Amino acid sequence: MARNEVCISGFGGQGIILAGHIMGEAASKFDKKSAVLTKSYGPESRGGACAARLVISDSDVHYPYLTQPNLLVAMSQEAYDKYASKVPADGLIIIDETLVDPEAVPHRAPVLRMPATKVAEELGNRIVANVVMLGFVAGATDVVSAEAMRKAVLETVPKKALELNRKAFDTGLEYAKKVVEITGSR
Amino acid sequence: MSNNGKGVLTGEFFMEGDVACAEGAIAAGCRFFAGYPITPATEIAERMARRLPQVGGVFIQMEDEMASMAAVLGASWGGAKSMTATSGPGFSLMMENLGLGIMTETPCVLVNVQRGGPSTGLPTAVGQGDVMQARWGSHGHYEIIALSPSSPQEFFDLTITAFNLSETYRVPVVILADEAVGHMTERVVIPPPEQVHTVDRRKPTVPPDEYLPYKAEGDGVPPMAVAGDGYHIHVTGLTHDERGYPAMNAEAQDRLIRRLVAKIRDNADDIIILTERDLDDAEVVVIAYGITARVSMLPIEMARREGIRVGLLKLVTVWPFPEKRLIELAGQVKAFVVPELNMGQIALEVQRVVGSRARTIPVPHPGGTVHDPKVILEAIRSAAQ
Repeated sequence: MARNEVCISGFGGQGIILAGHIMGEAASKFDKKSAVLTKSYGPESRGGACAARLVISDSDVHYPYLTQPNLLVAMSQEAYDKYASKVPADGLIIIDETLVDPEAVPHRAPVLRMPATKVAEELGNRIVANVVMLGFVAGATDVVSAEAMRKAVLETVPKKALELNRKAFDTGLEYAKKVVEITGSR
Repeated sequence: MSNNGKGVLTGEFFMEGDVACAEGAIAAGCRFFAGYPITPATEIAERMARRLPQVGGVFIQMEDEMASMAAVLGASWGGAKSMTATSGPGFSLMMENLGLGIMTETPCVLVNVQRGGPSTGLPTAVGQGDVMQARWGSHGHYEIIALSPSSPQEFFDLTITAFNLSETYRVPVVILADEAVGHMTERVVIPPPEQVHTVDRRKPTVPPDEYLPYKAEGDGVPPMAVAGDGYHIHVTGLTHDERGYPAMNAEAQDRLIRRLVAKIRDNADDIIILTERDLDDAEVVVIAYGITARVSMLPIEMARREGIRVGLLKLVTVWPFPEKRLIELAGQVKAFVVPELNMGQIALEVQRVVGSRARTIPVPHPGGTVHDPKVILEAIRSAAQ
């Protein structure tokens, strides 16, 4: 009964909560696992720190909160500084390399770097950085399957932005495959 | 996913608790919502604002919570199943008209997604401090029904149950949710409409000239004619006789209040819903509700691994209080452990009911977040000694 505790964190306006929702939906609806999403954000909607917290498990999730995150996705320096040291050595940290310096604070878990915001800008809109990151997470970890994550992304995003998001997701996924090949990390 | 004739959004979803509550209301047949936005209940109003027009219903954003509750009562007398949703500060403002709903036997549902209080307190953080307010917040002596969900699925299911109980007993039903469950997202399965059990208020069967709107049947509940049914009705918060006319004397008060209280107390066995886990061999019972029932599962599992025989009694119905079941359990167990996100409200009820038959160990917490599971584990350990 694997229990994964995932923290996706950044600042308001990056689509952090949406990313958490998509990942939870992928796990719950398409991978048929149990998933619980809780979230925290400050009173301000843009610019303030925010986090989506997911517990994903093969069995029922009774305790819905994180005890110790084993996967941290950090999309801001503040988020990284706050949570990086909490991830154990056998966990994994994924950072948006465009926005986060991983050496700013000590960490035990290995760090995978994904320039999500830069890639999103190259694709035409930095607003899809969260979806680039979801593609990367799907490829670099086995918390949810890539197929489930892709379905959840495409089901969630607005129709007029479907192509951009599909491209964003696939680009993130391809990056992950390359990184996994090089580092053997998964 | 299909949005069929009855408006039931059949399908499997990854859905927020507040949204699931709104969908439960629609599935139960709710077609009127009046409210005033407040964190952490706003998502219920937002969902109702979008969904009610799709199913021929009415959504009104009122000027405040007093007016919201009044509109909900009026809509019910117009024949609609009606609801409002709020949090602590708004719940306080609704107390007066909640009493009017009880006195006039008006079916409706009042959702309180609890946050940290008193006053404006902690708008975005969890609390369970309104349990006694739900019980006694309006003046005068009355009985009430309150339900407390622990997951988005249960928030959906219990909203339907709340409507059914309110229609059955002609009483406002309170849903004591909390910010944690309201803002939690999880799998919610909405069944096809033919599998959704709904109850509608009993209508009068006598001709209009024989109808007495407050003459109860065997279960203490009078059949309800609403505006436009062709019956004469009179609705007042004053003590009234069976015709509904003010009768301000001790005899009328005695008849009316005894009946209003009895229709809940005498039917308590039918109303009370409990979820029990591992109670057969338990020497310690954790009594919890809402998010805290769920949080308690972790320390209970930890204590079981240590060899402590501990189980969970989850109060799905917080009011009326399950006195009978507690007295049974008191003869079997050493102690009750009562974690809650207030400084001891249900713990006092447990103490009142079990007395010296078993120990009661409150695990109070002022809210803002949930219990540290270790604190509940410590209480279970000390209860087992």
